[in-house]
Amino acid sequence: MRSMRFIETRAALLFISPWIIGFLIFTAWPVINSAYLSLTDYDVINDPSFIGFDNYVTLFEDPKVGLALRNTFLFTVMSVPTQLVVSLGLALLLNSATRATGFFRTAFFLPKMTPPVAIGILLLMLFNGQNGLINSFLGVFGIDGPAWTTDPAWVKPGLVLMSLWTVGSSVVIILASLRGVPQELYDSALVDGAGWWKRTLRITVPMISPTLFFLFIVDSINALQSFTEAYTAFFGAGNTTYSNDAALFYAIYLFQQAFEFLHMGYASALAWLLFIVIMAITAVQILVTRRFVHYEGGNS
Amino acid sequence: MRRLRKILIWAALSAFAVAFIYPFVWLLSASFKPRSEVFDHRILPETFTFDNYIRVWQEAPLGLWMANTLLVTVLAAVAVTITSAMVAWGFAYFRFPGRKALFGLLLATMMLPGAVTMVPVFLIWNDLGMVGTLTPLWAQNLFGSAFYIFLLRQFFMGLPREPFEAAKIDGANNWKIFTRMALPLCKPAVVVTLLFEFQAAWTDLMRPLIYLRDSSTFTVPRGLKALLDQFGFGGEWHWEIVMTASVITTIPMIILFFLGQKHFVKGIATTGSKG
Repeated sequence: MRSMRFIETRAALLFISPWIIGFLIFTAWPVINSAYLSLTDYDVINDPSFIGFDNYVTLFEDPKVGLALRNTFLFTVMSVPTQLVVSLGLALLLNSATRATGFFRTAFFLPKMTPPVAIGILLLMLFNGQNGLINSFLGVFGIDGPAWTTDPAWVKPGLVLMSLWTVGSSVVIILASLRGVPQELYDSALVDGAGWWKRTLRITVPMISPTLFFLFIVDSINALQSFTEAYTAFFGAGNTTYSNDAALFYAIYLFQQAFEFLHMGYASALAWLLFIVIMAITAVQILVTRRFVHYEGGNS
Repeated sequence: MRRLRKILIWAALSAFAVAFIYPFVWLLSASFKPRSEVFDHRILPETFTFDNYIRVWQEAPLGLWMANTLLVTVLAAVAVTITSAMVAWGFAYFRFPGRKALFGLLLATMMLPGAVTMVPVFLIWNDLGMVGTLTPLWAQNLFGSAFYIFLLRQFFMGLPREPFEAAKIDGANNWKIFTRMALPLCKPAVVVTLLFEFQAAWTDLMRPLIYLRDSSTFTVPRGLKALLDQFGFGGEWHWEIVMTASVITTIPMIILFFLGQKHFVKGIATTGSKG
């Protein structure tokens, strides 16, 4: 007679079988194949030819790789902290408001529903150097705005500012965690006479630091892989009007190598370099930031 | 003093709300302006016109693109929700050897950047002769997705076990317990999964760029990019066309948001507290 344990295991495996099959076909095999392809020269039409570590050597000699890495780092370093500060600020404001919070939350979240390709187009129009909305707004204060979309020095700041438009989901996440901070902590701080700033810095921020930490890691990983907005606005068929080096993000260069130039082997090597870079950055972030993250019930 | 603070907070929130909403209003109003007035920044168009919408419809097979997107989006969302829920239930309810290790593996796959598997997965679809069709945009969802499996499992874990055990003793089989009892109880998480994946599939640009060749198979975001390449970078800028197409691309997402606002906000709020 079959044991209960056997029957239970068989039932469980049936339920999780879709994922196991999918994992083998669409994750495990591609990872192995990608490692192999990164050691070959492959254009899809002809069979892959084995070239050892040549692709990896090329990586370090390719000036575009250095450029793309620099652009991606700069964008990440500029956008992630700004996004965090802005979304924390908005969440704090929302949390201290008593009325119409539902309306404001909706207002902040709505841009998140805009398809990234439309955001790329909106970027080109809002930040248009001659007659865009942003420069017209600056003009009100007598400021002569820069040529955001054509001046290489201003392309990344423009992308960073545009990325602030979609902080809505971070605001919602931070707000949820603000609501979880126990009121007693504030009450006793008020008795001690602590002002708003002090309460925010000493109580609120430490109490929600796990959430901020989570957003910091996730936003960084996303920023390191950003593609759509920059690709829409600065790359693609027929786009010869811009010197778009300033917007060449790593994911864009990888995409071009794989699907525009059909350098599948080289693109695979680029993908592995990205993987290592993301892992290394995430590990460093976790090690460094852990000291500032407060977990209730001790650090575990 | 208290009152002043309230007014200040309200003023700040209102200023930010304007900054977040204004680009929509500007885009919408510009789509009703003739080209010469697109950049005049008036909220109400001086010359009100529907021409842009008519022209976009003439220049691009927008109806076809919408139908393609809707097909891909519905299939992607339904497929990923059903299979992810099944897998999540498998991990949440049953006790079996290797459960922790397998689930750890599943979580680990979330850390793998999409770039690593992008090329080999393309080659699989290429070998199957599916490049150029809509299939690669959704069929992978038939195998569930790690993030949703994780989300749904968390939800299933929160359900009490007793009713399921009782049903089992009464002779219900595992499939019945899952479809008739567990799944209905987990409706909020199922709705969140459907909405999230619907949005992800509707707004995706990278995969349509990789897999679609012919304009007749384009999804709306892919078509929008093609319009930008043609009417923007192709020479003289036709902002009014590109912009009107952007409005049309965005509207379905806005409608979706207002239909599922409560679930969206709840779903987003809970994803963060898992960290």
